[in-house]
Amino acid sequence: MSFVAHTPEEIEEMLATIGSKTIEDLFVEIPSELQINELPGFGAALTEMQVAQLLQQRVKQDTYKLNFIGAGAYEHYIPAAVWEIATRGEFLTAYTPYQAEASQGTLQLLYEFQTMFANLTGLDVSNASLYDGATALAEAILMALRCDRKSEDKAILIPKSVHPYYRDVVTTVLAPHNIQIRTIDYDPSSGQVATQQLQGIQEGSFAALVVPQPNFFGILEDVDYLTNWAHQNKALVIALSNPMSLALLKAPGAWGDAGADIACGEAQPFGVPLASGGPYIGYLCCKKEYIRQLPGRLVGVTTDLDGNRGFTLTLQAREQHIKRAKATSNICTNQSLLATVVTIYLSLLGATGLRQVAAACHTNTLQLKNKIISETDLKVLFNAPFFHEIVIQTPQPAVVILDKLASLGIQAGFDLKDYYSELGDAILCCVTETKTSEDIDNFVQALQAC
Amino acid sequence: MLIFEQSVAGRSARTQISNTKISCDDIPLQYLRNTPLALPEVSELQVVRHYTTLSQKNFSIDTNFYPLGSCTMKYNPRAAHKIASLPDFLARHPFANLQQSQGYLQSMYELQQMLANITGMLEVSLCPMAGAQGEFVGLAMIRAYHLDHGDSGRTEILVPDNAHGTNPASAAMCGFKVREIATDANGDIIIEQLQQALGPQTAGLMLTNPSTLGVFERNILQITKLVHDAGGLLYYDGANLNAILGRVRPGDMGFDVMHLNLHKTFATPHGGGGPGAGPVAANARLAPYLPIPIVGKNENAYLWLTAKQRSKTIGRVSACMGNAGVLLRAYIYIRMLGQSGLREVSAIAVLNANYLMRKLAAIGYTLAFPNRLATHEFIISLTKQSKYNHVNALDFAKRIIDEKIHAPTIYFPLVVPECWLIEPTETETKQTLDQFLSLMQQLFTESEINPQRFKQAPLNLPVRRLDEVKAAKELNVKFSGIL
Repeated sequence: MSFVAHTPEEIEEMLATIGSKTIEDLFVEIPSELQINELPGFGAALTEMQVAQLLQQRVKQDTYKLNFIGAGAYEHYIPAAVWEIATRGEFLTAYTPYQAEASQGTLQLLYEFQTMFANLTGLDVSNASLYDGATALAEAILMALRCDRKSEDKAILIPKSVHPYYRDVVTTVLAPHNIQIRTIDYDPSSGQVATQQLQGIQEGSFAALVVPQPNFFGILEDVDYLTNWAHQNKALVIALSNPMSLALLKAPGAWGDAGADIACGEAQPFGVPLASGGPYIGYLCCKKEYIRQLPGRLVGVTTDLDGNRGFTLTLQAREQHIKRAKATSNICTNQSLLATVVTIYLSLLGATGLRQVAAACHTNTLQLKNKIISETDLKVLFNAPFFHEIVIQTPQPAVVILDKLASLGIQAGFDLKDYYSELGDAILCCVTETKTSEDIDNFVQALQAC
Repeated sequence: MLIFEQSVAGRSARTQISNTKISCDDIPLQYLRNTPLALPEVSELQVVRHYTTLSQKNFSIDTNFYPLGSCTMKYNPRAAHKIASLPDFLARHPFANLQQSQGYLQSMYELQQMLANITGMLEVSLCPMAGAQGEFVGLAMIRAYHLDHGDSGRTEILVPDNAHGTNPASAAMCGFKVREIATDANGDIIIEQLQQALGPQTAGLMLTNPSTLGVFERNILQITKLVHDAGGLLYYDGANLNAILGRVRPGDMGFDVMHLNLHKTFATPHGGGGPGAGPVAANARLAPYLPIPIVGKNENAYLWLTAKQRSKTIGRVSACMGNAGVLLRAYIYIRMLGQSGLREVSAIAVLNANYLMRKLAAIGYTLAFPNRLATHEFIISLTKQSKYNHVNALDFAKRIIDEKIHAPTIYFPLVVPECWLIEPTETETKQTLDQFLSLMQQLFTESEINPQRFKQAPLNLPVRRLDEVKAAKELNVKFSGIL
């Protein structure tokens, strides 16, 4: 079955126009030895109803009651209007706004998105989004290297408290280039960047420092100190921030004396469902002096023939379809549909609503932390301010605890063993505004019962 | 009006404001936001009306014929979207326990196998989040392969001059030098040029087949043999897979690695420019280098394969496993089509393109490759109109959007002057194609008698023709008015 519309008569008529007898005749330029008549391993076509029933059955296996996993993907409430509007066919089934006059909806929306992210981060410019938080960090690093004209042979400093999968992605993307990634350890008692490790690093030996806020453990870094230290050493500062936290926390543009130079991260918390990890949406902002090194789509204001305001893609000379091998990045599209979702979400929440969500996340996590400490034998690691995640050390192997709680319908957290074996058995847990006190109680009791 | 311009201090979408008692006093002041957060202050109805109105200023597949060459703007089944949006699919955390992941993982495992069969490759990684990222991944795999074989001198990637811009950009991003190969008057690669370019420095060749010229590369077997004989590898850009779906497989042509654009061939929505998905498929030679995670299977369950099981992997390229929801939509689409449906896609996509091509030639338009069959797309060149009536490819594009048909791809590939790349796709009716043709007949005449109408276009859209130069010169990429 397919979505083809033609009747056999119409096909005959069209073939006659072309002057071919059969459809197979339209493929005669393909060497015959390459042509196949069937694809191995394919079942028969299913109707829409059959596929719907099949997947309804399958997804039943994947249901659970409560989720406390965060680790870069956060469960927040999504107002009904967000996806109702974002999935209108005119947003959902449009393509990249190459013909600006026929794409004013998407273009204006992306301009609003850019404004919101510039405002959130306190920086001058935002692009129109990137694939996800991990690739946004990789692009931010490549961008920082382009901004530093003397960046040859320079390292990039990345704290170990940056999301391990993000660090993996950065490693993959930087592999073809001769760039050293220097990992900065964290302080075992606070979970923050171990500032004493920075002392031995020479000025001029690195192009940029990545500063996560909050870091992967949920811990808040001393961003002012780190920003000033990097700037004193003539390096750029790349802020990696969960944008939800920015409703509460200092904007990267206000870090230290001069502010972070580039800010990036994952905007999934703004209305994008967990959905097995994607599609999500990366953001990337910078100070205006670096705009020509900014990769990805950018929308600007202009006027039309009658002098009326309109929106169009701009500074396209940075991009691959013009510059080819000399482009700032190979990236072609952004994540427009997700930018649509995020923009509608932020419009609905506003500054007040967003601050409330962020504060509720923190409040609930504080509640979990206090209850773990007062009502269980478990230990909460790291003694420093945090946003909405905490690290809990477990007396049994973390995987055993996670499996046990999963069988009770609770997704308890992210196992830190693979990347932070020095912590012993430990899980990273997140509480968002979606959890009630009762949910938190149930979770604590289930953990204690393990 | 911008949403910011509708903002009034103190207004809000009240039911969205949480009433949880909050306590953030434990966070020291030095960490807290000390600058205002400028977001719009509007009601829920304002938001709904504003973005609904904005949506109506877009062309889309759901509302317009969209023959945008190289983009495969076919019908995006609502079923795929709806089923992939079942609440439990949306709620599943990417790092959920394997016990609660079997439904999702089974679907992804089967998708990997289906894509391997469709492409004639051994294994598939679903990680890349777009075609361009798939290209980067494939090239990184080629690089890893050569280095793994102690061959560090292979620093050059060959790319035909008509390739997508992402091809050379991805090669550069992967640290390769890029060398272009020309095509002849019939759209085939000039074999002598290829032979001269090949050598011990050749890491590989990137090729789209059918090419962006809308023709099938007839010497493909000779080309893949030449590159392999020179020690190079072959990358297939899957952008044009719609033309050969279920009929010819890149693996059989001799390609070693490729990406697929699920948002083209497998009908997932383009979303106004993303999200896409660009899974990468590889043959036995390159499969060990595929990015992780990959979905595997043992006797009891589906599971994740990571660097522990796949030691030669180039690593991770996304935080989780790619654009999961897009992958799910493609899976649903493929299950609805089945084998016969997939073959029907290429049959009718190619039929529709050839039908339009013959009819446009009959009207008097100039075909770029008059001696060739069209694939799923073809090129007309508007050089005559540009030369004699001063109506160029851009003017034609702006004129046709005035009639509520999205313009084909213009000025790409760059090697054909005043080029229109037209791709009707398989899901359009003959009536739609005929309406397009009668409009093209009308515009053919109009360009001779009233070229001014083209220069004025568009007249019927939310804005008239926009000044792109001004946008770049007087850069305004953020609203800075008063909130």
